[in-house]
Amino acid sequence: MAKVIIIGGGPAGCEAAHQLANQGIDVELVEKNNETGGNLNNWYQLFPDRKSAKDLNDILKQNLNHPKIQLHLGMEPRKIEKNKEGKFLVPLSDGSLLEGDSLLISTGFKIFDARRKEEYGYGIYENVITSVELENMFYNHSIQMVNGNTPKRIGIIHCVGSRDEKVCNYHCSKLCCITGVKQAIELRELLPDTEIFCFYMDMRMFGPGYEEMYREAQEKYNIKFVRGRLSEAAENLNKQLQIKVEDTLVGKPLRMTLDMMILLVGMESSEGSRQMADTLGLNLAPNGFIKSQDPHYRNNNTNVEGVFVAGCGSAPMNLTDTLADARSAAMSIMEYIKRI
Amino acid sequence: MINFWGYSISETRSINYDTNDKSMTEYIARVVPSSKLCIGCGGCTAGCTAGNLTNFNIRKIQMLMKRGENKEAKEQLQKCMLCGKCMLVCPRGVETRKMILEMLNYIKTKLKS
Amino acid sequence: MQQYEYTNKIYYDHFVLPFTIGLVVLLGYLCVKYYKWIKSFPKEERKKIRKGLFSFKTIRSGWEIFRESLLHHNIFKTNPMLGYMHMTFAFGWFLLIVVGKIESMVYHTSAFNPPYFAIFFRYFHPAKETFPHSEFFAFLMDLILTFLLIGILLAVTKRFCSRIFGMKKTTKQRAYDLLILTVLWLIFPVRFLAESFTSGLNGGGSFLTHNAGNFFSGFLPLESLSYPAWWLYSSLLGLFFLLLPFSRYMHIPTEMVYIFLKNWGVKQGKEYNGFSEIQVNSCSRCGICINTCQLNTSCNINDTQPVYFFRRLRNHEEYAQQAEDCLMCGRCENSCPVGINLNAIRQSKRPDILRVTKDTYAYVPQPEVKPAKVAYFAGCMSHLTPGIIKSMLQIFEKTKADYTFIDEKAGVCCGRPLALSGNWKAAQVVMDKNLQMIDASQADILVTSCPICYKTFKEDYLLNIKVMHHTEYIDMLIREGKLKVNALDLKTVFHNPCELGRGCGVVEAPESVLKQVSQKIPTVYDGKKSLCCGGSLANTVIDATQKTKISSDTVKAYAAYQPDIIVTACPLCKKTLGKTSLEIPVKDIAELVAEA
Repeated sequence: MAKVIIIGGGPAGCEAAHQLANQGIDVELVEKNNETGGNLNNWYQLFPDRKSAKDLNDILKQNLNHPKIQLHLGMEPRKIEKNKEGKFLVPLSDGSLLEGDSLLISTGFKIFDARRKEEYGYGIYENVITSVELENMFYNHSIQMVNGNTPKRIGIIHCVGSRDEKVCNYHCSKLCCITGVKQAIELRELLPDTEIFCFYMDMRMFGPGYEEMYREAQEKYNIKFVRGRLSEAAENLNKQLQIKVEDTLVGKPLRMTLDMMILLVGMESSEGSRQMADTLGLNLAPNGFIKSQDPHYRNNNTNVEGVFVAGCGSAPMNLTDTLADARSAAMSIMEYIKRI
Repeated sequence: MINFWGYSISETRSINYDTNDKSMTEYIARVVPSSKLCIGCGGCTAGCTAGNLTNFNIRKIQMLMKRGENKEAKEQLQKCMLCGKCMLVCPRGVETRKMILEMLNYIKTKLKS
Repeated sequence: MQQYEYTNKIYYDHFVLPFTIGLVVLLGYLCVKYYKWIKSFPKEERKKIRKGLFSFKTIRSGWEIFRESLLHHNIFKTNPMLGYMHMTFAFGWFLLIVVGKIESMVYHTSAFNPPYFAIFFRYFHPAKETFPHSEFFAFLMDLILTFLLIGILLAVTKRFCSRIFGMKKTTKQRAYDLLILTVLWLIFPVRFLAESFTSGLNGGGSFLTHNAGNFFSGFLPLESLSYPAWWLYSSLLGLFFLLLPFSRYMHIPTEMVYIFLKNWGVKQGKEYNGFSEIQVNSCSRCGICINTCQLNTSCNINDTQPVYFFRRLRNHEEYAQQAEDCLMCGRCENSCPVGINLNAIRQSKRPDILRVTKDTYAYVPQPEVKPAKVAYFAGCMSHLTPGIIKSMLQIFEKTKADYTFIDEKAGVCCGRPLALSGNWKAAQVVMDKNLQMIDASQADILVTSCPICYKTFKEDYLLNIKVMHHTEYIDMLIREGKLKVNALDLKTVFHNPCELGRGCGVVEAPESVLKQVSQKIPTVYDGKKSLCCGGSLANTVIDATQKTKISSDTVKAYAAYQPDIIVTACPLCKKTLGKTSLEIPVKDIAELVAEA
């Protein structure tokens, strides 16, 4: 019976495993952490429907309870080889060896290290946090400054580590805009009297229901949107943040004091993806993500026969697209297995 | 307002792209190709050393120039101290400092009237 | 009686004319040229010449000329093969002239003989006749000639196969350069032939020319070749002298003049003047600047290095782009064997386009600063690296310094970026604004975090208070026992910012501090040999991608030492290196000190 080895047990890996197992394929799912779910584990609610991330994660986990799926948690692949018969040999960190007919790379993304935008003061000023840390605050239903006070004015900064030549990331991480809108709404629900600003370059509301959510944020939740990119922030004696932005629609520099600043950190190619590319000889796109053979028709294929890619390993994408991409990858793998 | 025998012609409130002089923007686009990358985020203007002290908006000046409105450039550009901070902020990698120098150069040597 | 006869003999033949005419024209031309150049110096610089002329400085210059113009000690240090090549030419030729002159004087006993006599001694001197130590002289002259011929062999090899000399590129030539190069290369082989032919006919010479003469006489009609060979030798010399002023070899006499002027204290100012011309003409085009230039090594740009830029200036070619296409990192200047002020000369060729009126920067408000003992000027760029500012403020607080942060809210640029772009007049206006602010602070010490600001505060502001870069200030605090630091368990490499190390000579203070707070790994880039981060404001020609390439190459060079942290002392370097250093964090010394 054909066997597929999946590297990476995030949403893409889980969904692909489930789909392949349902088609009667043996699946070996390798995940470096001790639980599956990947970055989804860090999220509290999902956009645009505000579904609990945990609920979705649980469904994905339950689906792995399948006789055809073998889980390898806390494992990392070592140097992968493709033998003469076209089989993939994957030695794991515990010394075991997996053998499969096809390989699916679902190594996901890495969160941009906000300290690289030093002028924003992450890691230097105490009330600058990332969108990931904010999710954790939502989880605990408590939004507080470090000194325990409730923030009276919060700024959400878009495009941190995305679309920025200064950190060598030209690409758009795609989902920070809608994350910002979602988080602004969640903040409003917890903090009815706080002023909330989003500082954006472009609002890219690409998914179904996103634009509606943006409208709702303005109309119902009174979130204020300023078109301008943060240039620098300074900290005053009260540990507040003094930011410099140009309000480009007014055409004047804007000085504002914030109690808390949230950085919408972008997505970068994960170390796992780079390692896989390195060991398998996969082509990378200029942005560092794994290059698909064709963006339309064979988007799950890579330049190596039998190696497929799904989810954020190939480009930043939201959960909806990630799961769809995983299913599409499963189909492509089925097709490949039938052929060999 | 220019007075023509009792009739007054007020300066147009819109950009008349058809009649504007586009030679400067064409020149800048040629010698500083990165200037075409601007998406008007305003990062340059927000942190600007000169803009911190006076009404000087480099984003606006170059945007207007790109539409053939060179007046602002002629009047305002001398305020720049060329410190280069804008270049360090620009997310698109525009060579802002070079763009300003070339604009100054153009105004001094080529721009008539 | 016999000797009397010879001393009164007039040694002359028509073939000496090309040499003599060439020499006279050359000397005349040089005198006029140098006079004109020196006349164009500013008054105070000319005064320095008068003052220095009869001082110890002149003797020192003589020694330097011997060391650099003849032995090429500096080139030797950088590249022994290249040094040897330059030395054989310069020192070999020099010895040939000096020993030849002594030989002719010993023979002639009278100091008075025409200059060509020593040069063509073997022609005029009948070999049968001996004089004191004549064999020894013959041997010595042959030895020197051998030395020179090896040098030529090396030069030819270098031209066709430059890698042997550890140089990636050899300077590109135009037709005129090739002509004079050929002439120069031919001079000594032809001398060798002429002397050998004469020796083959009349005897004389030593191990080289004598044996070669015997060898040639076996199959060549030396009677008909010897005289034309002397004609050719003289003509080549004459031609070389005539071509010299318009070629790279103008550096031979000019470098000596430059060494005197330099030692007398003449300085390259903001303007391009005769002193700049002298320096431009002192460039020997050795090409060392090409190899040290990161625009070459990282971006493959090969038309802007000083050797090429100066050639454009000499040949009156268009140079506007080359004047701007330079990071002004000073790596070339640091390695220039002649010690030419490469950066200052380039800067003087950048156009001053900003017109200055009473309205220029009039918007800058009257400064409002709290007076204190120490004035801290972070600099524009440091506001984009709050980690540096925060660390400095922590250090001030920790040492209970009486300080004032003068550009916290509304700072003005230091003026150096304007100056770097050639706009000195506007820079002066900005400097005056800052001077008011510094005065208002009533401080004794001005501390800055930005090496760009530091350089201009130190050199252009003429402040009567102490100006310190924060690395020097921290070093002072540690030495005075005011600041206690512990060594962190971190391996570090130091990237000395161009403006700090090479630009201002601040090398020891940062190294000493870094050694105390971490385990500093020594690198070949330490001190004044540091690399450029690529973020320099000075270059307005290369684009962001090229700057990023330089940055990533620099990071790779430091990463090879496997440090935990790359440490620097400049906000611009920190940002630029941090852009491409994804694996290894980049920090400022101040941050490490604040942590330690």
